[in-house]
Amino acid sequence: MSKRSMALAAVVVAALLAGLVVAGDAQTQDARLEAAKKEGKVVWYTSLVLPSAERVAKLFEAAYPGVKVEVHRTGSQRILQRVMQELQANIKNVDVVHTSDAGHFVLLKDKKLLAKYTPAGVDAFPAGFKDRDGYYYGLRATVNAITYNTKAMSAAEAPKTWKDLLDPKWKGKLVTAHPGYSGVIATHVLALVHLHGWDYFKALAENRVMIVQSANDPATVVSSGERIVAVNGGDYSAYQLKKKGNPIEIVYPKEGVPLVVSPTAITSFAPHPNAARLFTDFTFTRECQQVMADSEGLYTGHPEVTYPADKPKLNELKLLTVTPEELEKRNEELKKRFVEFFGA
Amino acid sequence: MDRSVAVWVFAALSLVVLMALPLGWLGWLSVSGEHGATLAHYRDVFTDLALRKALWNTVVLAFWVGLVSVALGAPLAWLTARTDIPGRGLIRGLVLASFVTPPFLGAFAWVMLAGPNAGILNTLWRSVTGSREPLLNIFTMPGLIFIVAIYTFPYVYIMVANTLALIASDLEEAAAILGAGRLTVARTVTLPMVLPALASGFILAVLQALALFGSPAILALPAGFHTVTTQIWSLFQFPPKVEQAAAFSIPLLLATALLLQVQKRVLGRRGYAAVGGKGGQRRTIPLGAWRFPALFACLAVMACAIFLPYGVLAKAAFARAWAQPLSRDNLTLGNFTFTFFEYGATRDAIVNTLELGVMTACVGAVMVAVLSYVTNRRLVVGHQLVAFLALAPVVVPGVVLAVGLFIAYTRPPFVLYGTLWILFLAYLTKEMPVGYAQADATFRAIPADLEDAGRVLGAGRLRILKEVTAPLAKSGIIAAWCFIFIGVIRELSASILLFTPSTKVMSVVIFDLKEEGQFGAISVLGLVMLGLTFATVALVQAALGRDVLGTRK
Repeated sequence: MSKRSMALAAVVVAALLAGLVVAGDAQTQDARLEAAKKEGKVVWYTSLVLPSAERVAKLFEAAYPGVKVEVHRTGSQRILQRVMQELQANIKNVDVVHTSDAGHFVLLKDKKLLAKYTPAGVDAFPAGFKDRDGYYYGLRATVNAITYNTKAMSAAEAPKTWKDLLDPKWKGKLVTAHPGYSGVIATHVLALVHLHGWDYFKALAENRVMIVQSANDPATVVSSGERIVAVNGGDYSAYQLKKKGNPIEIVYPKEGVPLVVSPTAITSFAPHPNAARLFTDFTFTRECQQVMADSEGLYTGHPEVTYPADKPKLNELKLLTVTPEELEKRNEELKKRFVEFFGA
Repeated sequence: MDRSVAVWVFAALSLVVLMALPLGWLGWLSVSGEHGATLAHYRDVFTDLALRKALWNTVVLAFWVGLVSVALGAPLAWLTARTDIPGRGLIRGLVLASFVTPPFLGAFAWVMLAGPNAGILNTLWRSVTGSREPLLNIFTMPGLIFIVAIYTFPYVYIMVANTLALIASDLEEAAAILGAGRLTVARTVTLPMVLPALASGFILAVLQALALFGSPAILALPAGFHTVTTQIWSLFQFPPKVEQAAAFSIPLLLATALLLQVQKRVLGRRGYAAVGGKGGQRRTIPLGAWRFPALFACLAVMACAIFLPYGVLAKAAFARAWAQPLSRDNLTLGNFTFTFFEYGATRDAIVNTLELGVMTACVGAVMVAVLSYVTNRRLVVGHQLVAFLALAPVVVPGVVLAVGLFIAYTRPPFVLYGTLWILFLAYLTKEMPVGYAQADATFRAIPADLEDAGRVLGAGRLRILKEVTAPLAKSGIIAAWCFIFIGVIRELSASILLFTPSTKVMSVVIFDLKEEGQFGAISVLGLVMLGLTFATVALVQAALGRDVLGTRK
């Protein structure tokens, strides 16, 4: 605990220093901070796994005392549902939206619900992290991987490819998360439909797969031993669990791993626009991005961020990508067919 | 006359806001199309194979829950009401505990107990027997039925135990004297007399199972099947199909109304002179050698409902990994610090829950007190209708009420979505019948002659109310307050559709955490919720001077 809080303190100090140094125009910066303080808080709807989201919020609050972050964490699809339901009732609550379903941002942009804002420092990010029109930017990335329980099998016995999971020997031993909840999984399903077709999922469902909701949950289910192989899920939450000593190992299938870039954007109706911009800039600083890479096991678009030695580099993996536009267009089809095969 | 008008305006307004508006919108939206009225939504809903399956699953679930509840509740009631089984007080206390345990917490705990692979009972079973197969698989229809039933059987228990307490033993003794064996007596005398109570308890259990959202969401979805409630909930996912959800709510509403009608008939037939009287002896039946086996059987049931789930929640609250033994390495307070200090939603949710609980209970208690006083003393014309209206919300399952409230209050003239008020309305409506029944029983027990005596002595109605009626009714109304409060803090099925991030309540936070697999934090919050519940129960018992299950002294 004390080690972690020291690390946290170090990061906070670094972030503060960076804030002081990086500030190009100190005066505008001050004015903006004052405006943000007057607003008092920023409301963040996020699909980042809860402990990580709370950590980012605490870092920000330490760097900018006087501006609180209200974290509302749930699955990507639930966040979109929230935002749209609230707007229908004319409720303007959310400042910053962050989900793992890039298609949402195409939809929100089309409906003119996003504010155009380019966070400081994202110019250097790769193209896959940037919206051409300047509305949303990839805050973090993860890949879908297979996770298995090391107490239940050796590395040699573990499945190596997505197709290995179709083997009947895994019947009753698999767990999947749900594209109707998670953007990571919606992206995963679409990428694998491109790779192997819907027949793949039809065959997978034959293995009586347990269904959970969040992309973070398959790895916890595998850690507990309730099922011994996770057929998808963000590798970052699995990495965190592994680091905590849970008996799990991550497999990056050779056919390629679906890359999920999770965008963030400020809403056009944000009730706390200054705090929203301050917060968004903060999340894209090297310091915050480095924390995500180090303690959370995420990938980022920041060119200077370094990664833990025990995680593969993104450029070592064969990445399967889908476009936000296609994800948006096929969102309903993905959910419907998944439910058709898996039952719920 | 003017008094009647005031009461009527009040009752009518409440009715419009609480029932007519939501249900009216629900009905209207279910038949509204782009070009006027249409049955297209019903056609969509009832031709969709997945939705039909959900409907069938609900029928199966509700029916079996009813049967299992009778199988558990009736023997337990007979044993504690009529025999010399040891530990009667303890068993009643445990039945009460099961009655007030939020079913979704029980379901969640049972995931840790009887998940087919990691479940603690199954791990134990395998290590003892060497078997490869699990003892129990909770992620199945039978598993779901079992979990719902162990928190629903108290409804049967209450009905049967309270009836048995009123049946005198003379008829049974007469039969025995005429040479009937014990079984024959039970079959031909006792059973027919408790049959209405059994049937009625069965129906109540079925109604509970129909309306439940949390347990199916936790146990059925992972197994790949839906029930009506979870299906309605998922129809709200983006892009929302609110019209279909409305259409799909109607069968649930009709089934509930129908079943309650049947229950009323069944209870209405209870014309046996032997039941309902206070006279007569109730003889205790000696169990002899069966005393302790019977006690163990009762405790086994209660272990499933109380000991095991509470134990595993406590374990998970203090464990890093719930599936591992509680060794020193695995012991932590981290779940508590995370829940209370790092997770920002906790405090707001607890505050919201308490605020709503107190607010609903206060407003509700005053409302039911006024209404039941008015109906019991027949102060207005058409008082029977007032009573009917106060009990009417019982036919509306939580999810259905929520769909109606959502539709009604996300659009002008009353936009309440996003505020605590919409939850307040949902809770007030949902808890009204329970509170009313309690208040009604209270006023019924206060004979009008006391008030008349006051009158004769020259006191005005208000003064009598203050000095005679109020002191007598106080404890009963406090109990009504507590019942409403307990109902509110555990409510999930309506809340899940009506919350917004700034109006989260504890049950919703627990459900959110469940979807993410944060077992430790859920267990901590679950213990908090149980603590609150039992503190309130203690308050009721103190107020009533008896336990809350029934009439027994």
